[in-house]
Amino acid sequence: MNGSARQRALTVSLLQRADLWRQAETRARRLARGRSDDAADATRLADDYRLLAHDLARVRMLMPDSRTREYLEAAYARAHATLHHGAWRLGSALLTLFRDEIPAVVRWLRPYIVWSTVIFALAVIGGYALVQRYPELIALFASPDLIASVERGQLWTEGLLNIVPSSVLSAQILANNIVVSLFAYCAGFLFGLGTLYILGLNGLMLGAVFAFVSLHGLRAQLFGFIVAHGCVELSVMCLSGAAGAAVGEALIRPAQAGGRIESFRVAALRSGKLLIACALLLVGAGILEGYVSPDPRFALWARSAIGASYWLFMVALLCGWLFGRRARRPMP
Amino acid sequence: MSEVAPGLVVDSVTGIDVSLPVAGPGARAYAFLVDWHIRVILALGWFVLGALLYNGRFSLSPPLTNDARWFGAVVAPALAIYFLYHHAVELAMRGSTPGKRMAGVRIVARDGGVPSAGALLTRNVFRLVDSLPLFYGVGLITVVLTRDNLRIGDMAAGTLLVFEHADARLPTPASDAHRVSRLDAAGAEIVAELLERWPALQPEARVRLARQVLTRYGADPAESGNHDDAAWRTRLERLARPQ
Repeated sequence: MNGSARQRALTVSLLQRADLWRQAETRARRLARGRSDDAADATRLADDYRLLAHDLARVRMLMPDSRTREYLEAAYARAHATLHHGAWRLGSALLTLFRDEIPAVVRWLRPYIVWSTVIFALAVIGGYALVQRYPELIALFASPDLIASVERGQLWTEGLLNIVPSSVLSAQILANNIVVSLFAYCAGFLFGLGTLYILGLNGLMLGAVFAFVSLHGLRAQLFGFIVAHGCVELSVMCLSGAAGAAVGEALIRPAQAGGRIESFRVAALRSGKLLIACALLLVGAGILEGYVSPDPRFALWARSAIGASYWLFMVALLCGWLFGRRARRPMP
Repeated sequence: MSEVAPGLVVDSVTGIDVSLPVAGPGARAYAFLVDWHIRVILALGWFVLGALLYNGRFSLSPPLTNDARWFGAVVAPALAIYFLYHHAVELAMRGSTPGKRMAGVRIVARDGGVPSAGALLTRNVFRLVDSLPLFYGVGLITVVLTRDNLRIGDMAAGTLLVFEHADARLPTPASDAHRVSRLDAAGAEIVAELLERWPALQPEARVRLARQVLTRYGADPAESGNHDDAAWRTRLERLARPQ
């Protein structure tokens, strides 16, 4: 048998398996959609995978520019994806995330959390000192309405519930805070400079506004307004900044063998888990800011208790204690 | 062996690598535009329906005072549909969306498998950066400049957009014909595809292609004097039939 005839015979025998390929492809599609509980069906996919691999290798050699090859490439890729797709159960995935993964991320981010908190605190002090000394600079940080209100001796938050209902206020605030928090994380992509900018700007604004209201004798009122929601809100700002700083450092000083992109990927995926907890905490903070903070019926002690309790709740969530994780004790 | 389209090549335990052609900016933009239209229609649909039900008459105007019901039932869900569309749909469809399906692409992890939920969420969070300053400017530039056409969200999540070839079909008649006709496998596929596309082709294109195929496979294109459309088709069918 000459080479051409042999090749032709091989091709014929190969194409006679087309029905098996179709069955394999259909099975892979069905299993990928999760529409089969049949264990035997799933086991057969492993055989299909080997069959497709074997036949694809021959088709790549015998019929490189054919539609048959295109079909087999697609069927093989689908079988590969279906076979290598791990089991995913929402309940256990969430439990693992909150009990094990987020506490591990927080431990990993500890130095970044310390540094982002220090940067934020320095920015607050800087903003406070700046406006304390040059009150006219408040125009750089606050809106004209806010300035006019404080100059009249009234906080802009007073009577807020007469204008906007609590639910609307909460939704607006939490959406805004979540976007700022996500931006602080994503902006780490600019080698950490974006995160630094967002932390610095927010710190300066907070310090400047506090200094301005202090100059008009309204510091206690402002403290009363922010104490319930602010403890967690500001902490989350520092946590997001820490996640962004980790992403930035991964780009500046890659720790992975794969280089900057690989290092960026590992840092972003790892620290990104913390953002889920941050978003949930900001939902709670937004609700407090809409329902508790502007409501004059809540006394200062009640607001302080709520703020402290929610902050402790945040610590417990981030340490995994809420989900059965125990603090590690040294071995006796 | 011909060159495979540039893309992701994943090692497999079988020893035969999995080849996934990477989608470029065109396919990405097409998928995005389809999805954008879908989410705009869904969000607007919710808003219009909600406003009509809220007002109880044919009017979309908001209430004069800030009403929590209006915000909670009409505005917030419409905004959520628009902004959380990609997050929710990609999670539910395991790395695909209606737009991506139409463009024939899907998201895969670096190992060729379905990306994890965390990777899909991270990929979408980074849309905040990719969409800057306007119209996905940053994302578009990085897609064009990177080897695997990655936007920043893909780099962060370790994902790629690849062509799915969901519509790849086996040319059945050609495969059967090849067993007994004078055509080789590739020729049988070409004839089958030409016959399949016959009704959609212009008459001149049909004749030109039929002539080329017949010449290539040793049949004399001027064998009979009849050169009408049906005659060319019959001769192609005869070429693919048993001898």
